[in-house]
Amino acid sequence: MADTTEMPQDKFRLSQLLYDARYRSMTIQVVAAMLLMLSLAWLVDNTIQNLAALGKDFSFSFLGTTAGYDINQQLIPFTSQDTHARAALVGILNTLLVAFLGCILATVIGVLAGVLRLSKNFVVSGIMTFYVEAMRNTPLLIWILIVFAVMTEATPQPRDFREGGGAEMILWDSVAISNRGVFVPKPLWGEGSGLVVAVFLLSLAAIFILRRFARKRQEQTGQQLPVFRLSLALFFVPALLVYFIMGAPITLEVPELGGFNFVGGIQIRNSLIALWLALSLYTSAFIAEIVRSGILSVSRGQTEASFALGMQPNRTMQLVILPQALRVIIPPLISQFLNLTKNSSLALAVGYMDVRSTLGGITINQTGREIEGILLLGSFYLIVSLIISSVMNLYNSSVKLKER
Amino acid sequence: MKKSIFLGTLAVAGLAAGLASAQTLADVQARGTLKCGSNEGLAGFAAPDANGNMQGFDVSLCRAIAVAALGDAQAVEFVPLTSQTRFTALAAGEVDVLVRNSTWTLSRDTDLKLDFKGVNYYDGQAFMVNTALGVSSARELDGATVCIQTGTTTELNLADFFRVNNMTYEPVPVATNAEGQQQYLAGACDVYTTDMSGLAATRATFESPADHVILPEIVSKEPLGPAVRHGDNEWGDVVYWVLHALIGAEEYGVTSANVRELAAAPTENPEINRLLGTEGELGAMLGLPNDWAVNVIAAVGNYGEIFEAHIGENTPVGLARGLNAQWTDGGLMYAPPFR
Ligand SMILES: N[C@@H](CCC(=O)N[C@@H](CS)C(=O)NCC(=O)O)C(=O)O
Repeated sequence: MADTTEMPQDKFRLSQLLYDARYRSMTIQVVAAMLLMLSLAWLVDNTIQNLAALGKDFSFSFLGTTAGYDINQQLIPFTSQDTHARAALVGILNTLLVAFLGCILATVIGVLAGVLRLSKNFVVSGIMTFYVEAMRNTPLLIWILIVFAVMTEATPQPRDFREGGGAEMILWDSVAISNRGVFVPKPLWGEGSGLVVAVFLLSLAAIFILRRFARKRQEQTGQQLPVFRLSLALFFVPALLVYFIMGAPITLEVPELGGFNFVGGIQIRNSLIALWLALSLYTSAFIAEIVRSGILSVSRGQTEASFALGMQPNRTMQLVILPQALRVIIPPLISQFLNLTKNSSLALAVGYMDVRSTLGGITINQTGREIEGILLLGSFYLIVSLIISSVMNLYNSSVKLKER
Repeated sequence: MKKSIFLGTLAVAGLAAGLASAQTLADVQARGTLKCGSNEGLAGFAAPDANGNMQGFDVSLCRAIAVAALGDAQAVEFVPLTSQTRFTALAAGEVDVLVRNSTWTLSRDTDLKLDFKGVNYYDGQAFMVNTALGVSSARELDGATVCIQTGTTTELNLADFFRVNNMTYEPVPVATNAEGQQQYLAGACDVYTTDMSGLAATRATFESPADHVILPEIVSKEPLGPAVRHGDNEWGDVVYWVLHALIGAEEYGVTSANVRELAAAPTENPEINRLLGTEGELGAMLGLPNDWAVNVIAAVGNYGEIFEAHIGENTPVGLARGLNAQWTDGGLMYAPPFR
């Protein structure tokens, strides 16, 4: 610093900005930044002018006005007299629901398919290769429409479940698969059911503690506990005992035909099923490839070494390969979860009322607030994506190599 | 920063088509084609015929406007729009005029910055069910599953109707009429609801239309008409007067068959003379040639002819004139004076 201030002022010439390597990169960055700002300013200005020319203003007050439309799948109560903001919230919850379910199922199928694709059995690996390629190389929208078409065209109508209609409920008359969706029994929480739930949660905690204890013990003494059988017992026995002691407080409300449709029970709509399955199947193909590459990244020598120590193949997979493969798997997995969440905005194709359909569809359409609505919608997806990736990054740092 | 990039992208996406200037008539003439926002396919209103030529009640109005502005009934580019995209497309200047079973409402007229230029079909919302359900009134629909097109007035009326009558229903939103029809026929919904005319048109394409009834209740007012962007009054005038020339022509007995003859020399009826430009300079006031109405009627016929050809009682759609008869016959079709 001292040097530069002491340099004679007249030595600096304007041309140095271009020809002097010390300043050139600075010059380029400043010019680029200015151009970027200018074009942004032009775009914003253009928008404002065009809005003014149309006579439209920019305001979010529409969110507080009555929505006027109904939404079929509501995780929180909603009527047509509620506001657009609440309709957006109902849509957001529906988006989160299908994204959450989708990420779980996609991971399960993806891991299975990825591991099976490495199988030595020619038929199994061939089928999995076919599955992965078929899923990856066709547009998602087509899968959504296919699943939806199967769900609506190949299943019976509710009235076919009447006497002599030719359709029957399954699982002891408790579940109906119809072209309106799948109707499953709904649990009714009677008096004392809280205790059952509490005991069940306690058992879960006990299982967790048991596993940690077993691991510690194995590390210290080398002895193994029958962890699986103990966990299974803990899972079922205490809760069931309390359930019967309390006089079976949790009952099931079985769906029944009434009027046009089934009443009672829980309706899992075809739109949700179609979107969920299609998103999961499609994304699982990508996850399968990620899992496969992760496993292949662990050198064969590790497997051989583990076998040489007498480990069985599935324990080798569990204890040696997967923990190392996870480091390779997690980062691209994050982006698949993000993709799945954003792809769920195709929901409209099957009439699933996600946030794209409520806020970004009907609300925009009924109020004419395109720019405001799309801005909100964009911010929502941005925030959700940031949250998902930061959570997954946390997980990633917990499994990645600890360097000290 | 992120936000402004986003806003910028939006601005490009939303308005890249450029805001059409207030000179739509001049733009259309410079371009040589009229861009008409229409249906994705609704029999009788807007659907391609066997030769791939767009035909229908709404299509004829587009063609009539094209004849007035360009002198050519074929100089129309039909832009298929869903109920969700139609108003945005019009506002962004992607189409010059929207003739797509669109209901004239206060909020669309003001908040969406559109201008409706008259009514070419007075309609109302109705319900269609399979006869096998044994339903004879919309008040028996408690608990039914209903298919509706999103982004329509239908959706809002439906919510109101069921709430006011203390009934519940399960909405199945669909994006297009074709999708609604497919869902309804597959039995994924018990009821299909939309404008009565749209139901009749949809039913006409079914394999066995007799298996479906349109319930008697009409639960709303749906005046359907052509819409233009708010603020371009000259263009709005052209659209308005083309529609009313068609309506007036029927009242005065001017048809596609006799219009050339009537326009050859002034007739006894001064109203016909002014309409056909054999008297006065009405065409110039609209910025059109003086014989614009002659060409329009010669090309597409008058309102009654268009109605009978596409949706009238002798077509598969089979709609009666009802409210859409001339005011002289007890209907609501009424053209202001041409003077
Ligand atoms: N008039 C109502 C409904 C308009 C509407 O979407 N109509 C349907 C059936 S009448 C239609 O034109 N569908 C054709 C398509 O989806 O392409 C409105 O303006 O909101």
